[in-house]
Amino acid sequence: MLSGKNSQPFYKDFWFWVKLLIFAVFLLFLVYPFYTLIVNSFFSDKADGFTLYNFERFFTKKYYYQALGNSLKVSLVPTVTSILIGVPMAYLMTRFNIAAKTFWHVIIILSLMCPPFLGAYSWIILFGNAGVVTQWLTDLLGFQMPSIYGMGGICAVFTLKLFPYVYLYVSGAMGSIDRSVEECAENLGSGKLRRLFTVTIPVVMPSIAAGALMVFMTALADFGTPGILAGGDFRTLPTLIYNEYLSETGGNANLASAISMIIVVISLLILFLQKWWVGRKNYTMSALRPPEIIEYHGMKRFWVTLPVALVSLISFLPQVIVIFCSFVKTNYSNFVFSEGFTLEHYLELGRSLATNIRNSFVFSTTAIVFILILGILMSYVIVRRRGRTGGALDMLMMAPYVIPGSVLGLCYIVAFNNLGRTADGTVIKLTGTASIIIIAMIIRKLPYTVRSGSAFLMQMDPSVEEASINLGVSPMKTFIKVTARLMLPGVLSGAIISWVTCINELSTSIMLYTGKTATMTVASYTNIVRNSVGTAAALASILTVTSGVLLIVVFKASKGKVSIV
Amino acid sequence: MSHAVIIKNAVKKYGDFTAVNGISLNIEQGEFFTLLGPSGCGKTTLLRMIAGFNTVDGGEICFDEQVINSLPAHKRDIGMVFQNYAIFPHLNVADNVAYGLKARKVPKTEIGPRVDEALKMVQIDQLKARQPNELSGGQQQRVALARAFVIEPGVLLMDEPLSNLDAKLRVQMRTTIKKLQRRLGITTVYVTHDQEEALAISDRIAVMNQGNIMQIGKPEEIYRKPANPFVANFIGVSNFIDCAVDGRDPSAATVKLHDGYSFQMPLRAPYSGDVILSARPEQLFFTEQGIPGKVNMSVFLGDFIQYEVELSTGQILELNEYTKDVDSAKNDGEEVHISFDPRRVSLYRKDTEEVLSC
Repeated sequence: MLSGKNSQPFYKDFWFWVKLLIFAVFLLFLVYPFYTLIVNSFFSDKADGFTLYNFERFFTKKYYYQALGNSLKVSLVPTVTSILIGVPMAYLMTRFNIAAKTFWHVIIILSLMCPPFLGAYSWIILFGNAGVVTQWLTDLLGFQMPSIYGMGGICAVFTLKLFPYVYLYVSGAMGSIDRSVEECAENLGSGKLRRLFTVTIPVVMPSIAAGALMVFMTALADFGTPGILAGGDFRTLPTLIYNEYLSETGGNANLASAISMIIVVISLLILFLQKWWVGRKNYTMSALRPPEIIEYHGMKRFWVTLPVALVSLISFLPQVIVIFCSFVKTNYSNFVFSEGFTLEHYLELGRSLATNIRNSFVFSTTAIVFILILGILMSYVIVRRRGRTGGALDMLMMAPYVIPGSVLGLCYIVAFNNLGRTADGTVIKLTGTASIIIIAMIIRKLPYTVRSGSAFLMQMDPSVEEASINLGVSPMKTFIKVTARLMLPGVLSGAIISWVTCINELSTSIMLYTGKTATMTVASYTNIVRNSVGTAAALASILTVTSGVLLIVVFKASKGKVSIV
Repeated sequence: MSHAVIIKNAVKKYGDFTAVNGISLNIEQGEFFTLLGPSGCGKTTLLRMIAGFNTVDGGEICFDEQVINSLPAHKRDIGMVFQNYAIFPHLNVADNVAYGLKARKVPKTEIGPRVDEALKMVQIDQLKARQPNELSGGQQQRVALARAFVIEPGVLLMDEPLSNLDAKLRVQMRTTIKKLQRRLGITTVYVTHDQEEALAISDRIAVMNQGNIMQIGKPEEIYRKPANPFVANFIGVSNFIDCAVDGRDPSAATVKLHDGYSFQMPLRAPYSGDVILSARPEQLFFTEQGIPGKVNMSVFLGDFIQYEVELSTGQILELNEYTKDVDSAKNDGEEVHISFDPRRVSLYRKDTEEVLSC
């Protein structure tokens, strides 16, 4: 035991297996399914062997390529409008003594965390063809509302839903510009407005770009909103994937795979474009003196608070409407507001949808346990034991940004739908099981926990671990007793936020569910589509309230220092 | 039982960079041994090799007769005090100190008294129940110290333990550390870049530079008889003067300065050629006859006066004169003569920097 030269297996044993496990998980549930998807996109029933038939079809048939155009439109327009709303919001919130500032901030975050399709649904309740406001306007004023269905409505919903990304990134950056930089600009003769456009905005440009990227990617990948607000034949790539997959029998889904490839390629291009652009102008700043908050009083204060309040309330309105409507009586597919309140939708949930509620909680909680364990191990490997595989792990961490939920769902379908047959001839498959939905949640949300874990580890002095090892505790036990123990509080708050996003997850589960494994979001979505609006509202309310309560708990526990984005 | 630490030709490489270049050391049992050198000299790397946090790329590290190159860090039975203390932030003071004892499966009934005793020795027994974030830097340092020696390790390692403390506390703590080490008799390897600290605390010092050992010796030896110009300059301050020596007779070699002034001194071995004379500011003094020069500037520092003297060759020397030895300081611009005791200054070969003086 005390001999041998030049060997260095101090930690290798334990961490070697950890790395192996991580790579096995990602190979099996990300790389392999994605590879199958790629292969699948180059084959077709209509042609022999390797073929470009699917892509050819996509780019020649208007039905398909129109969806590409639509997708780009409903991603780009909200990106621009989100910047137009998010940047001024960030500026007002960081530079003025807005009344009830924390309240607006929390409301904005809450509206970001709920699934986008619920926002779409609320706007239908208000402004849809049979919407409350629409009818009121028509009846009383004879005024014809522009239709909320189609591109305009989708863009509006995405903007209200996603501008918080821009707001959160930019307000973070604006709060960390050192006061002296702006003072210097003023000193050099720049007026306030000139200063804003020549110094402040250029300096926060990378953050604007980061927020804009999140808006674009989320809008591009979202399935639920265009699913609900399609209004006839407005198709985007994610809804197209879903429809193509449903219409193709036998689970080959060649064309759907090809469409998925196109959406991933677009995401990658946008990601690289953003990285390249930001890479050229990265200003890191640490504010020794954060910017001064201008104290207004009376009417002036009212005027700076008003836009913040309006935007926050409008973006939060869907949640309020959904909860309100969950207590309103329904007449078939319409809410009847004149007949008072009822609990019948919730009773209905208890009768027929208890499984979905249970599924949601069980799946998300199971996923989070794995995410926590894997996330802590993985961030440790990435920060402290990079070795030659660190770069590969970093790359795997990018996956959820570029692979939309519905695409990952499709990957799993093509890869795990037929794993062979048992002796008696039944097909072995992972699709349709609870496991596959949980695995999808893990793969999609793990990177966020890994990121917060890595950030914590980078700040933690390695000598604390060395002190433990030095005192006679083996590296593995040290990891459990010291490192993981110290990481837990930080990672936990991140994990709770991931739990909230898991429970609100729709685009993957909608591809992978069966009757038994449908979650609340899936049930809510299908109920909306089936016009069973009362139960949909009740389900959505449970989601909203659960998410809200948890977020507020995390907020309180971490004293507002949670990073959502 | 405390170990002797024997290092034989230890090598550590990072790519092409050699951090530790074949170092050999014999650290005796119970000795307070210091690795001293500028930052980047390899002292911390070597210490971490002993601790087991750095691999040994060549040579051997032994505790007594046992080679420990491949012994995992947690089995080496070493106490270590880190530069930034590395206190476990989630444990209170007593639990921090008890951590190593628990890992060693020391019976519960024994842990309590041993922790109390260790805390008493570093005078923080009243802070037992405090959380780390309620402690000052100096108190954290004491916790780190207690935590390292309470396990009665075979070797105690300290990596710049005082560098984060303020000057007054540093002096106080180094006395505490030295007394504690004497009392416990644990072999201690101490790393610092602060020469005064090294002189004050060590039994022996190894001065390191660029991965090599420049000199090993007792503090006084190293100060009085630096083995090369690097040590002469790193420990204390030295004036270097280029000279030529005629040392055919080593018992009375003639050293000649460039301005013509010459004196005689004994050499270790016969040598003639270009040399460097090294003299400390306090070894120089004003005389009637000696090297001629002129006072450029004087700084009054209380117990002594510091002069900057320019020789006729243009070279600047630093000279210290004790205030108690003179009635008043010399004026700027005053013509002076400087001398020294040839038996106390050092002489080095200019080409190899080898020491020539006895």
